[in-house]
Amino acid sequence: MQTRYSYGGDEHIFVEMDEEMSLEAFFKSMSITNAVRAAHIDGITEICPANGSFQIKFDPDRIAPDDLMGRLRSLEQAADKAEKRLETRIVEVPVFYRDPWTTETLMRFRERHQDPQSTDLEYAARMNGYDTVEQFIHAHHASPWFVSMVGFVAGLPFLYQLVERSRQIQVPKYLRPRTDTPKHTIGHGGCFGCVYSVRGAGGYQMFGITPMPIYDPTQKVSYLREFMVFFRPGDIVKWKPIGREEYDAITADVAANRYEPRIRKVTFDLDSFNADIDGTNQRLMETLHGV
Amino acid sequence: MAFKVLNPGLLTTVQDLGRPGYFHLGIPMSGAMDRYALRAANLLVGNPEGAAALEAVFMGPQLEFEVDATVAVTGADLPARVDGEPHPAWTAFPVRAGQVLSFDYLKGGARAYIAISGGIDTPPALGSRSTYIIGALGGYHGRALAAGDMVPLGKPGAFRHGTEVPEALRRTVGKSAELRVLPGLYWRLITEEAGRNFFEDGWKVAPEADRMGYRFRGGRPFTFEPREQPFGAGSNPSNIVDACYPYGSIQVPGGTEPIVLHRDAVSGGGYFTLGAVISADMDLIGQMQPHTGVRFVKVDMEEALAARADEAGRLARLREALA
Repeated sequence: MQTRYSYGGDEHIFVEMDEEMSLEAFFKSMSITNAVRAAHIDGITEICPANGSFQIKFDPDRIAPDDLMGRLRSLEQAADKAEKRLETRIVEVPVFYRDPWTTETLMRFRERHQDPQSTDLEYAARMNGYDTVEQFIHAHHASPWFVSMVGFVAGLPFLYQLVERSRQIQVPKYLRPRTDTPKHTIGHGGCFGCVYSVRGAGGYQMFGITPMPIYDPTQKVSYLREFMVFFRPGDIVKWKPIGREEYDAITADVAANRYEPRIRKVTFDLDSFNADIDGTNQRLMETLHGV
Repeated sequence: MAFKVLNPGLLTTVQDLGRPGYFHLGIPMSGAMDRYALRAANLLVGNPEGAAALEAVFMGPQLEFEVDATVAVTGADLPARVDGEPHPAWTAFPVRAGQVLSFDYLKGGARAYIAISGGIDTPPALGSRSTYIIGALGGYHGRALAAGDMVPLGKPGAFRHGTEVPEALRRTVGKSAELRVLPGLYWRLITEEAGRNFFEDGWKVAPEADRMGYRFRGGRPFTFEPREQPFGAGSNPSNIVDACYPYGSIQVPGGTEPIVLHRDAVSGGGYFTLGAVISADMDLIGQMQPHTGVRFVKVDMEEALAARADEAGRLARLREALA
C-alpha cells in the first residue's frame, strides 16, 4: 500500500491509503482518522473516512495547510502499528429481491443500461458467472457485508462483501446514472453494495428493496430517535431475503413504530478474518442468531 | 410573527451559513450558495450575519407579511417591490403588516438573498436552519417553500446597522467569469494534454446547475493516462474506488462534462476529481446562470490563500460599512 496525500482546494486534505479497495486499506484509514480525532487538532472541522481513503476539512485561517499535512503524516506512522480489530455490531437487514418498485424503475431507465434486454439482476448474475438469478441472489445474501463508508447522500452505507476477492460480486454502474431510485433500494456498483437511504439519482444496479428505514430526519422511527442516521463505518450487515408478505408486515410494523432490527454486538478482527474467512463468518452468524 | 407565502417562486429555500460536522455521514453543510450576499442581507436588517434568510433562485417569491419588518435583498439582481412600489437592492427597506413583497424578473446573477429582521425562525436541525432538500432536513419542513406556507420569524434585535451596502462592496456576475482551481486529488489520472485543455478551453454553465453542483460544457473531452483499473473501482477510466469529495471539487464522469460540487455536495462517490475550485470563488458560482462563460484558472496554494485573504478583507470592509 502506498499512501498518497493531496490538497483538495485550500480547505481539504485528501489521503488515499491505496488505489484499490481492501479491508487493509479501510482499517489503516480508520486508525489514522481515529488518531486525528483523538489529537484534537485546532482548525480541523470535518473528518471523513471512506473505503480506502479519508478526507479532512480544515480552516486554513486557523492552521496552515503545510502544518496540517505534516501532522497527518506523523499520525500515519503511529497508526501503522494499530491493531486491526473493531468492536462493532452485526445487523440483519431484510431484503425483498425482485420487488415491483425497483423493477418498475429499472424498466423506466432501460436505455441507460448496458444490457437493455435484461433486468439488473439478470445482468449481474451473468456478469458474475451465475447460471440463474436465484443462485446470484443466494450468493448476495449468503455472506455478511462490511460498511466501509457512509455517505454520497445522507446516511447511505457502502458495503464490502466479506468473501474472498475471487468470489466478490462486481458489476459496472449504469452507463448513465438514473434520475430516480426508490428509497431503500439495495444497489451494487463496482465491488460495493449500498442501501439508498433516500429517493433520488443513482447509478448502481438495483437488486431489491428493504422495508427498514435507515435515515429519518424527523427522528420518529424508534431506533432512529437518538440519531437520524442508522449506519456507521465498521457495521456488519447480513441480508435476509423476504417475500412480499413479510415486506408488508415489516412496513406496517415500522409505521406503527414497533419494528426493531435484529442487532448483536460483535468483535471483528481483520487478521482472524483473513486467516479463516468462512469460520469468521460462521461465528458472526452464530452471534447474530444467538446460537 | 410570520409571513405567508403567496407564491414560492421557482425554488425558494431557508438557508443560513450551514451545518458543518456531518459530512462523514453524507450530510453536507448546505447553507447559502453565496455566503457573502447572505451576510450582507442580514447585516442590513440588523440580524446576526448567520441568521436564516431566504435563497430564491432565478425568480422571486411573493410574500405577505403579518408583522412590520425590515427587509433587504442582496445577491442576484432581482428587483423588489412592496405593494408594487420598487425598492433598491443591497439596501434595507420597511415592509408593514399586511403588505406584499414581490419581485420583478431577474436582471443578473442567479440567487437573491432575502433577509427579514428577526431572521427566519424555523426549528434548527443538527444546529442549522439550512434546507437540505435531498435529505428532507432543516428549513421549512425539509423542503422548498410552497404557496400557503406560514413561515415563522424571530424577534428582531434592538440594534440597527447601516442601511446600504456601498457600490464597491456589491458583487455581480456578468456574462463570463473566471474560477480559480487548485489542481490535485486524482489529477494524475488525466493526460498532460487533457490538463492543458481544461485550463485553455472556454466552458459554459450547463442547465444542470443546482445546489449540489454545477455542470460545465463546451471544452474538449478528457483523455486518461493508460492504467489497469484498481480492484473495486469500476471499468471506466474516470472511475475510482469510491472516495470523499471536497466541496468545490471537480469531477468529470466519463471524461466529458466537469461538475463542481457546491453546498449540497454528495459527500463521495466513484468518479475521479482533478482538483477543487478555491474557497474564495465558491460564492461566485452560486451567482452564475446557465450559459455563463467560464474559464478555469490554475493557481497554487499560495495564490489560493491570498485570494482567501482578499475575500476576508472584503467581508471586513462590509462589516465596517454597516457597523
